[in-house]
Amino acid sequence: MVRVSAVGDRDTVADRETLERTADERLVGTTAIERTGAEDLEPAEELLTINMGPHHPATHGVLRLVVNLQGEVVKDLRPVMGYVHTGIEKSCEDKAYWKVIPFVERMDYLSYFFQMEAFCGAVERLLEMEIPPRAKYLRVIHMELNRIHSHLVWLGTSALDLGAMSMFFYCFRDRDKILDLFEMSSGQRMHTRYFQVGGVFEDIPLGFERNLRAFCAEMPSRIDQYAAILDRNEIFLNRTRDVGIVSRERLLELGVTGPLLRAAGEPWDLRKVGHYLCYDELDFKIPVGTVGDGYDRYRVRMAEMRESVRIVEQALDGLPEGPWIADDRKIVLPPRDELSTSMEALIHHFKLVTEGFRVPPGEVYYPIEGPRGELGCFVVADGSAKPARVHFRDPSFVNLQALRDMCLDGYLADLIQNLAMLDPILGGIDR
Amino acid sequence: MKREKLRAAAPLDQPRTPEELRVRQLRARDLLRGDLEGADLERHVEESVLATTFAKAQGWARANSIFPATFGLACCAIEMMSIVSPRYDAARFGAENMRASPRQADMLILSGRVSIKMAPVVRRIYDQMLEPKWVIAMGACSSSGGMFANYAVVQGADKFMPVDVHVPGCPPRPEALLHGFNKLQRQIQGNPEPGWRQRYNAIGTEEWARGAGDDAGVEEQAAYEAARAIGSFPADGGEPT
Amino acid sequence: MPDAPGLELIAQDLNTAFAGSVEETYHEHDQAALIVNPEGVLDVLGWLRDTPGQEYGFMSSLHVADYLPGEPRFGVHYELLNMARVERLRVKVALPDVAGADELPEIDSCVELFPTAEFQEREAYDFFGIVFRGHPDLRRILMPEDYVGWPLRRDFPIGGEPVLFTHNEVEMPRWYE
Repeated sequence: MVRVSAVGDRDTVADRETLERTADERLVGTTAIERTGAEDLEPAEELLTINMGPHHPATHGVLRLVVNLQGEVVKDLRPVMGYVHTGIEKSCEDKAYWKVIPFVERMDYLSYFFQMEAFCGAVERLLEMEIPPRAKYLRVIHMELNRIHSHLVWLGTSALDLGAMSMFFYCFRDRDKILDLFEMSSGQRMHTRYFQVGGVFEDIPLGFERNLRAFCAEMPSRIDQYAAILDRNEIFLNRTRDVGIVSRERLLELGVTGPLLRAAGEPWDLRKVGHYLCYDELDFKIPVGTVGDGYDRYRVRMAEMRESVRIVEQALDGLPEGPWIADDRKIVLPPRDELSTSMEALIHHFKLVTEGFRVPPGEVYYPIEGPRGELGCFVVADGSAKPARVHFRDPSFVNLQALRDMCLDGYLADLIQNLAMLDPILGGIDR
Repeated sequence: MKREKLRAAAPLDQPRTPEELRVRQLRARDLLRGDLEGADLERHVEESVLATTFAKAQGWARANSIFPATFGLACCAIEMMSIVSPRYDAARFGAENMRASPRQADMLILSGRVSIKMAPVVRRIYDQMLEPKWVIAMGACSSSGGMFANYAVVQGADKFMPVDVHVPGCPPRPEALLHGFNKLQRQIQGNPEPGWRQRYNAIGTEEWARGAGDDAGVEEQAAYEAARAIGSFPADGGEPT
Repeated sequence: MPDAPGLELIAQDLNTAFAGSVEETYHEHDQAALIVNPEGVLDVLGWLRDTPGQEYGFMSSLHVADYLPGEPRFGVHYELLNMARVERLRVKVALPDVAGADELPEIDSCVELFPTAEFQEREAYDFFGIVFRGHPDLRRILMPEDYVGWPLRRDFPIGGEPVLFTHNEVEMPRWYE
């Protein structure tokens, strides 16, 4: 209802020219309508708050983003997490040390070997236990295969988000080859429970090495094929070049590690400086980007896949003979064939399976380089057979803080691309 | 040799003599012109038209053109994504078209652990789907809480929504998920497979919800006793109820 | 990791700069840790970050452990990293629990020194109920916003449901209680 000053009134010029809008009381009611700050802005500046997720095809898991948009430009971004929070850290306090291993595997569900290594490595530190060299090499082989697997899934789903659907099928075809290898060594495709405290669960079977060499022989050409599809694709370049740039200093402030940090120009990789497992004996390079945009992140991960293939080949060449798990019967299960002949073996087996091994009191933080960055495991042992606290410093959780910086003042479509290049895995974020 | 046996079992319908060929050509010409009559027409209809009930046809159509809704929550989502990958092709069952919007989907594959924060969201997505809709609970976590018996995970999606097929595994192999999917297809088409209890005549193995308790009302207690009595052997050695 | 003598030197320098901040040091499993008074944590972290010669400019992780029944109850751990020398140092703050039903232990937030702590302090608040004074947006991050209780405290029950076995239900109803 519009009320115009009555024509006959002796009003001032201002009054005659103002138009007042009052709400029609019959429709709206008599209570005052509160106006929030955003509505006081000019229409061109009004912010639209939209909610993306948690059920969304492009959020790489159940991530909810509350985005303030001005037109199509992102003005503010708040991620809401916790939709797949599983209470893994609490469950771990309730279980013996070797029972914790399947729990921590399922955290960041694309890098299960890394989580196993972080936890087993932390417990081995607490026990001051050395694992045999063959176990170190086997662990490295499986971890690097897992890195390639994780990057393949990332590439497939990110390209799918950006519209390149066929990449999804190619990457998953190769991923199946890696999962065949995992199935050969441990019986399971994902979440293999292959690493144990003290080494690996079982030696690799016959035929594993041959299949692995065949895989390593053909994988570089496959990566070249993927690069041929995307590297110089005009649409891909337009979407990823100069998008989502965050400066190296800001990334370091935010605690970001992994390919995101390397793409911004900081050559930081825990495989080179951490001196864990047998990475010191292997020769590999670390790809580092220059600009730090989406395209650099993509190239860094592609190059990392190539380097991982090289690492696997070298590890396979240098694989030493020997035991695949440590000898200490107080911690490691005895081989099954001894159970029928040796009484001590039976007693050890019984104690380990029912109660588990005890770890002397202490606390340790053990970081390794996962596919997304620094994956650290903090274990507090209190002398009993169950850990007192297991905490994982998950790379995706910390990297997610960079999303806001990446997306501010960019378009909504660039947000999708930034999220894809960030490679968040919600299982790790939510634990 | 195997090909000959197959050919003997299902011989090709080729004309054997030139006269037969000529007869078929004339019949085809008449068919195209619309000139078939009488016995010819009857035979043509018999050969080329399939008669069935509407329900069966509907079931067949629904089962072979399911649009799954992408509801990947956790690790099972990766194995669910791999059923549309080339090796475990779900497109051969008509289900490669994963729709993101629940309004356009008719099956929800609940893949992954349902946390207490996510459960209302899942229920809302399920409510937004249009009838007819089905749910596959993929993996141990959505079927029963899986290995996570703690404060944060709902112990089974059954707690808040109806589930048609549970696929066990952690994560189930893509072939296992496709097996569950095939079971659902048979269920949709109207011939559901009997559960293992019928197949093995396993009476008295049902898991019951917690008892009514001492402080429950008389009706609840009676209902509980009646439910317990189904399938159990009566004391006097008669047939199981 | 700074070796044991190096750690002692750091502790001495800190105690001269801010008296009484470092209560103890320990060095085990090749890891160096300082146990710090809760009041002086920001001073210690700032000194470690800014002093030339120390420059632990990267915070790897901020996490809390509940040491019940040990005293003090909570330990807030700051994992610091010097990227140039590749040295890690752990700063552990021994935070006692406060008596009183609705009282929560408090500590200063280090978000201004290390912005990476923003989500990690929210997680510590969510799981342990530790309030970080000065945090821009302290609310629950992983649990639902209206959740009551601090799940990762040791006296919080693990939850879940008991598994029902038909035999036990018949013979011993509600065996789990």
